[in-house]
Amino acid sequence: MDHLAKIGLFIPCYVNAVFPEVGIATYKLLKQLGIDVDYPVDQTCCGQPMANAGFEGKSLPLIHKFNDLFDTYDYVVGPSASCVAFVKENHPHILAAHGQHQCQMSGKIYEVCEFLHDIVKVEKFPGAFPHKVSVHNSCHGVRELHLSSPSELHTPRYSKIKDLLSLKEGVEVFEPQRVDECCGFGGMFAIEEDAVSVQMGKDKLRNHIATGAEYVTGADSSCLMHMQGIARREKLPIQFIHVVEILAAGL
Amino acid sequence: MKKETHIHAAERFLNNKKNAVWHDETLWQTRAKRDRQAALIPEWEQLRELASKIKMHTITHLDHYLEQFAAAAEKNGATVHWAKDAAEHNAIVLQILQQHQATQLVKSKSMLTEECHLNPFLIEKGVDVVESDLGERILQLMDIPPSHIVMPAIHIQREAVGKLFEEKLNTEKGNADPTYLTRAMRKSLRQKFLASTVAMTGANFGIAETGDVVVCTNEGNADMGTSIAKVHIVSMGIEKVIPSHDALSVFVRLLARSATGQPSTSYTSHYQKPQKEGELHIILVDNGRSSILADKDHIQTLKCIRCGACMNTCPVYRRSGGYSYSYFIPGPIGINLGMLKAPKNYYTNLSACTLCFSCNSVCPVQVDLGNQIYKWRQGLDSIGKANRTKKVMSDGMRMMFKQSGIYHAALKAAPLINLMPRALIYCKADKWGIGRELPQFAKQSFNSWWKKEVLKK
Ligand code: SF4
Repeated sequence: MDHLAKIGLFIPCYVNAVFPEVGIATYKLLKQLGIDVDYPVDQTCCGQPMANAGFEGKSLPLIHKFNDLFDTYDYVVGPSASCVAFVKENHPHILAAHGQHQCQMSGKIYEVCEFLHDIVKVEKFPGAFPHKVSVHNSCHGVRELHLSSPSELHTPRYSKIKDLLSLKEGVEVFEPQRVDECCGFGGMFAIEEDAVSVQMGKDKLRNHIATGAEYVTGADSSCLMHMQGIARREKLPIQFIHVVEILAAGL
Repeated sequence: MKKETHIHAAERFLNNKKNAVWHDETLWQTRAKRDRQAALIPEWEQLRELASKIKMHTITHLDHYLEQFAAAAEKNGATVHWAKDAAEHNAIVLQILQQHQATQLVKSKSMLTEECHLNPFLIEKGVDVVESDLGERILQLMDIPPSHIVMPAIHIQREAVGKLFEEKLNTEKGNADPTYLTRAMRKSLRQKFLASTVAMTGANFGIAETGDVVVCTNEGNADMGTSIAKVHIVSMGIEKVIPSHDALSVFVRLLARSATGQPSTSYTSHYQKPQKEGELHIILVDNGRSSILADKDHIQTLKCIRCGACMNTCPVYRRSGGYSYSYFIPGPIGINLGMLKAPKNYYTNLSACTLCFSCNSVCPVQVDLGNQIYKWRQGLDSIGKANRTKKVMSDGMRMMFKQSGIYHAALKAAPLINLMPRALIYCKADKWGIGRELPQFAKQSFNSWWKKEVLKK
């Protein structure tokens, strides 16, 4: 990566409010790697919640705002696969559908794991995280951002998340049965179809817990938030942590 | 009649916990079998790609291939009928039956006849309609519709079948042994087969270059029916036509592997000519298909070969069952086909999707099922069927997020009910909290941290 590159940090709305530690870990880690990171403070939301619910048009002003705020950066990096995937995959066609200019973001936005793996090409993370973790392969991370090979496809197996975790001292990595089945979050789905959503979450947690892991880790805090809500209600013995927090542990 | 929404039907389905777990696991096993079979074919992904291209090519040249198919079939001695809708289709079937003074029709599995409501139509006219696929026959005796397009009675456990057969076929009390029950059904069906003069099948493929109809089954019931009866009626959707046997070789490698995880179906039967002194009737049915051709957002649904793989992989279908959808075809493909049929009747199925996109990746012909569901959701507002709560929530979110001032004030002050999960909390039913704890808001948002720790320094 060009060391003069300027990175704009994209902290999705719910990460900002519920999981600020994930944003902080992202910032510290990038900083530690000697990267020029900035955070445009006026940012809000990428527009995914309303678009997935069927109101793409309502996300249009947010898309414009997003473009304006991040226009001057070489890369945009955020710790949430689903939000990044939305910007990458959906911003361009929403803009096009409304007869508007080409989307600049699509080619330069990265989920932080993807960025560390593909662009920065980190070789070792400092410190250690001596724990057992079960990797949550979230749908949009896997099937839109290609963080790992989807289990449905018969293509060579890989996992960028597992690659990254292997560069941190002490981490023992597991994966659940049904390795990338959806956890049932799905944004508005979680509320609308709450019965199915919660059932999916419980099933997913059972598979994560069966690995013997202490933590579920993934690149999508939204999935973690949903599973955490169920785990706390059901008093299940498992904790949740974003991949970037593990990588930044000890900083 | 107002149909139950998917949301409520799914809730009811999940209330029967044991059954729900069993259903999910059974269908997941089918998906796992499919994975294992597909993994044995190194060129699997290329096959899917090729199959998709062949289908796309065929449906965008449908007039040409249909004419070629019909001409070849007639040259072989078949009679080709064209039905623009379900009513025409059913009338043609009835007419053929009447011409032969047939009072019984033995059928093998066909989702198209289900789509056309053929059975109730014929029964009302006094015809004894006999489904001969084991699963379909069980359902017919129970008087309920299929819950899956390939494994129609997958939701019924063998104990229930045992009970049914005790009553209908006089089997031993309490005997639910699958082999025993299957034999009992075979004996009973054999009488029907022997007495039939007209048999009906669906069609998996119609080959344009040769005019033959290809039917893939596991039980041999289609062949039994069509071998005994002199008259064979094929009910075939116009999108089932493919160019050639070469093309067929691509699809037969994909179909059974995707559907049930078998390398191939037990029988792949080619019907080309009528029997000696018999008749072969092929009814080509449109019933809305040609109008999908003009719909660029949804044309890909016409590639579907009805393998059911998208249902088996769908995490929502597995946990809500086929009957939770109001359209007769459930799962991802059913959500889309229902919307194409009558959006105002079937829009409530659209909630049954997390947009996980697993269906896109299993589909042997690469139908973009999840993307289409996303697109349908965008169109709901314009047909006046948008969910009010969601709309209000989306409006609220837009207002808040568009103006950074409000958002940042929200982030700063009492974050708990001020941010995105505000939508969750204000949602009428507060459904987040039924099975989950609310997210705990941080004492200090990232924004505040940034201002304090980075900007100030
Ligand atoms: S959409 Fe694809 S996966 Fe679903 S039934 Fe059709 S062919 Fe099979």
